Amino acid sequence: MSHFRPRPLRRNHFSEIPDLACNPIRAQIIEAFFDRRNFSQGEAGRVDEIGFEEFLVVMSHFRPPSQRMTEEQRENVRREKLRFLFNMHDTDNDGTITLEEYRHVVEELLSRSGALGKETAKSIADAAMLEVASVSVGHMEPDEFYEGITFEHFLKLLDGFEIESKMSIRFLNMDTTTLCK
Amino acid sequence: MAGLGSARIRPAPSSLFFFLAFFILLVFLPSCSSQDVGPEHNETSGPDRSTSQGSDHPHHNKNRSTTHKKTFPVLDLNFDHVRKPFEISLWILLALLMKLGFHLIPRVSQVVPESCLLIFVGLLVGGVIKAMKETAPILDSKLFFLYLLPPIILDAGYFLPIRAFTENLGTILVFAVVGTLWNAFFIGGMMFAVCQLDVTPQFKQVDLLSCLLFGSIISAVDPVAVLAVFEEIHINELLYILVFGESLLNDAVTVVLYHLFEEFSHAGTVSVGDAFLGVVSFFVVSLGGILVGVVYGVLGAFTSRFTSHSRVIEPLFVFLYSYMAYLSAEVFHLSGIMSLIACGVVMRPYVEANISHKSYTTIKYFLKMWSSVSETLIFIFLGVSTVEGPHNWNWIFVVFTLVFCLVSRVLGVVGLTFIINKFRIVKLTKKDQFIVAYGGLRGAIAFSLGFLLPDNETKHMFLTAIITVIFFTVFVQGMTIRPLVELLAVKRKKETKRSINEEIHTQFLDHLLTGIEDICGHYGHHHWKDKLNRFNKTYVKKWLIAGERSNEPQLISFYNKLERKQAMMLVESGSAARLPSLVSTASLQNMQQTEPAQRRAIPSISKTREEEIRKILRANLQKTRQRLRSYSRHDLFDPFEDNLSEVRFRRQRVEMERRMSHYLTVPAKRQETPSVRKVWFEPEHKVFTYDDNSESTGGGATRQKPRPPDAVDLVDESSRGTNQSAAEGDESEKLKPSRCLSDPGPITEEEQGDEAFLS
Repeated sequence: MSHFRPRPLRRNHFSEIPDLACNPIRAQIIEAFFDRRNFSQGEAGRVDEIGFEEFLVVMSHFRPPSQRMTEEQRENVRREKLRFLFNMHDTDNDGTITLEEYRHVVEELLSRSGALGKETAKSIADAAMLEVASVSVGHMEPDEFYEGITFEHFLKLLDGFEIESKMSIRFLNMDTTTLCK
Repeated sequence: MAGLGSARIRPAPSSLFFFLAFFILLVFLPSCSSQDVGPEHNETSGPDRSTSQGSDHPHHNKNRSTTHKKTFPVLDLNFDHVRKPFEISLWILLALLMKLGFHLIPRVSQVVPESCLLIFVGLLVGGVIKAMKETAPILDSKLFFLYLLPPIILDAGYFLPIRAFTENLGTILVFAVVGTLWNAFFIGGMMFAVCQLDVTPQFKQVDLLSCLLFGSIISAVDPVAVLAVFEEIHINELLYILVFGESLLNDAVTVVLYHLFEEFSHAGTVSVGDAFLGVVSFFVVSLGGILVGVVYGVLGAFTSRFTSHSRVIEPLFVFLYSYMAYLSAEVFHLSGIMSLIACGVVMRPYVEANISHKSYTTIKYFLKMWSSVSETLIFIFLGVSTVEGPHNWNWIFVVFTLVFCLVSRVLGVVGLTFIINKFRIVKLTKKDQFIVAYGGLRGAIAFSLGFLLPDNETKHMFLTAIITVIFFTVFVQGMTIRPLVELLAVKRKKETKRSINEEIHTQFLDHLLTGIEDICGHYGHHHWKDKLNRFNKTYVKKWLIAGERSNEPQLISFYNKLERKQAMMLVESGSAARLPSLVSTASLQNMQQTEPAQRRAIPSISKTREEEIRKILRANLQKTRQRLRSYSRHDLFDPFEDNLSEVRFRRQRVEMERRMSHYLTVPAKRQETPSVRKVWFEPEHKVFTYDDNSESTGGGATRQKPRPPDAVDLVDESSRGTNQSAAEGDESEKLKPSRCLSDPGPITEEEQGDEAFLS
């Protein structure tokens, strides 16, 4: 992947990782590394190559929460991780996950199952959107539109999900030399 | 004794029930006694005597000098013929009536867990039997281990929440193995010290090995007791799986220690080689048990692949293969419990993909039924055996045993958690540790193992101590754990159902984390889990799952299950007659039909394709789900409405359809602009109305016609026109939610119970 000397990473480096090839959401994972919104600088847009620091910033989203955290810190960690997920879904950077984008997510997840998956993917995505609409918005007027999942709705949706513990990797056991294969 | 619920509950049920119980006892006692007693049941004394002598009758006939023709027995009594099954059935009936009775007395059942009440009843029955100077049936070990224990374990293993279990497997194993070893040696050692210090003569006979044997019997947390108590307090999943998983997995340790010390107590001395063999034996017992279970599980899954033509016997395969796994493991002195668990866990995903829904329901209910009966019987017998068994009460021994049990449990849990927390992402807090320590209940397994000891004085002392510890843990800890849980504000089980969004994100996260691990080159447990899943998909599923279902991804099967459950609920709530009208509204989106009433005669229901019907139900049941959750829109099904308002409801439903179509919209296929603000949602049922025409279920997507632009106007116009009536219809519908949500209890309970079954 990258040499020991810091050298900018490109998308094709990621594509070369063999284990990643069978991952259904591979493209989105790779994109997440090159997405400026994840560099905690608040900018939008994509870059084509990243350095080691940006790589680490993206990886830091997967830090497990420490035990001695206050409630507020824990909430911040949750927001940060959910923001990362949200950015992964929201590919056109408009701040909402539209139905098309969500369908795309589900289709990617089911992308290994061929034709059977495509149509059920639509229905699953539709059902999920409907659920989000009911959870976050509740009652809607007859001529209202539900445009897409905003970040606040996303937070509310995955409220009970305990993301801070689920979205973590044990960095303790990880050897940094393996990063520099 | 009148119920404290509604005023309607008459005192009659509980007194009737007690009368019944008493009557059963009365009938039971004579059957318990020897054949001569019980003259009150005789119809005619002559035939009775002759039949009570059974096969002697022909001899007597020959031996009798006087040959007299006896009168033809119109009514005859032959109890021995059915004695054994009669007694067994009577006991089971008594147990179940007791269980029923508890729920007629609501206040008691909220304070006291059922297990305590059952033991209490057992004590009463045992007392009554003893007063009658009869011999009561005791909980002998063969009955317990071969007949009563397997259903409970199978029930637990089959419905084990796999995700939580595997995530916490390390912690569970540490508690089960190291914790039990610590308990056994600590208790055994301390009791030996106590025995040495004391001057009572009977303590002199107790040597170290006997004490260690005693320690190993009493140290194991019992799954039956844990299940019985924890199930009623609805604690959060993590704690439940920790305590329960520990109680299951410590069986291997218990088996090894028990056999080890039993062998050595004959031999008298222990050498290092023996200890080493003990360690090896532990691995053999546990891994061997698991292997046996896996083999039988695979066999069962493979068999279920071919059962599509004889659906009726499908549940039997599950039960028999599992039971065989248990018995086979017991043959080799391997851990039967682990074998049973492994069999259930391995078999379940494949069997469920193969069997029909009815068979699945049958399996579920039979397992629940058997385990319920077993549990009830175990506790009652425990009570009866307590009254019955030969006791040797020794204050010092019993009290010290109790104290050391508690102390060792607390020390063990605290110490191990300290080490474990270094490796866990979600640390165990002090509250968690307290609950884990407090939930270490002992139960009938300890009693049965104690019963297997060779008969001597110390055995009675041990048994008394074991029973005391069991009683203490079940009564005191069992009763107080509920208020303690509330006092400490321990997290309860999440009551909400697993939503489709959470499922999507669970899968998404799995893949995401696996990907990140791959990028780092770090082979964490996501990586291995992913590898296992892929192996499963490519090789194992092809062999074990029939037909095309072998390719179905988990998300889709989860979704199907969810929707099917909704369909069942819908049908059960009496709305079956409405299905045609459902479909009529479903086809609203086909804008060629301006009058939805036209489609009322529904062809798709008459078609026998399960797939279509399921999908259509799915479409409409999403709305049901919305209704039940969100108060916000749509009329609600009221199955009890009269025909007068039916038409009105149908029309309102039509309006609701139109409104719903406004909520979520996607861009029409023609418009290529990606970020159109108003996106037109094509509800999925629209897709499937096209499926009515297609032959294959998979071809629907490609045949979806792009919506003509004028369709937008049509809907808008009509919706504006009907806005008035819809608005006021909305008012009345908003009142409806309350009725729907006060659904009869069984449905919500079933939902809750089913949630666990959605793996």
